Amino acid sequence: MSAGAFWIEALAAGLLILSGLFVLVSAIGFARLPDFFGRMHPPALAYTLGSWCVGLAAALYYSFLEKRLALHPLLIPLLLSVTVPVTTVVLARVSLFRGRIAGGGDVPPTLAQRTAPESKPGGEES
Amino acid sequence: MRLLNTLLPAPWLSGMLLGTWLVLARTVTPGQFSLGLLLALGIPHLFPKLQLSGIRLRRPAVALRFIARVAGDVVVSNVAVARDVIRWRWRKPASRFVVIPLDLRDPLGLAALALVTTIVPGTVWSELAADRSALLLHVWDVQEESDFVLQFKARYEQPLREIFE
Repeated sequence: MSAGAFWIEALAAGLLILSGLFVLVSAIGFARLPDFFGRMHPPALAYTLGSWCVGLAAALYYSFLEKRLALHPLLIPLLLSVTVPVTTVVLARVSLFRGRIAGGGDVPPTLAQRTAPESKPGGEES
Repeated sequence: MRLLNTLLPAPWLSGMLLGTWLVLARTVTPGQFSLGLLLALGIPHLFPKLQLSGIRLRRPAVALRFIARVAGDVVVSNVAVARDVIRWRWRKPASRFVVIPLDLRDPLGLAALALVTTIVPGTVWSELAADRSALLLHVWDVQEESDFVLQFKARYEQPLREIFE
């Protein structure tokens, strides 16, 4: 095994370990936090740095192993970062509405009440 | 020019599709290229309701710098949230909802802002006012609310306004 291959493997291994650590902390945070909105934050570690490190490690490793550019593992974190926010935002919205209807204490009132009367009809919420 | 618009209603989407296809195929042989081109030209016509035509990114340099900044912020706030989770027993982060008055009105810009706030750990997009004048954000750890709002607007909203408006 050449010295270059060793360093590529070491780098890929380091990235994988780093990813594992972030996912572990993310899971600990998810289990440890007491409320719903606090729990929305730690999973972000898994789908950002956690997946970035794995994608980068795979791209590096296979590019060198096969001597052929392998960028497709990086598509996974890219597509994750476009799709995950959709479910995250939907979950946050559901929890807000539920908290308002159930009157669960620390949920802020809807923003519609603070806006000026000049608001245009037909503007959609997202 | 009009023929080009009919044939290629969403040039950004087509470019992305062709790029993705070539990255997945891992070759740029003429066969794969023409297959990718076929998909890139055809797929936008299947989804006219997405209204992806007529998108103009005004400042590509600002857009690239913005993406790099978001990537950097993701790394920084990953470390910050991880640290806060580990020392949770000794120091609780000051999590709360923050209302941010918005000047950005463009739907695509707001969509991009929603993506950015959700991807960066430590902020979650929670609600947009019906008239798009304000945003409710849940923030992991915020010390001074007015500082946070100013920083957020300068760091994310301002570049998005330059790009999309």
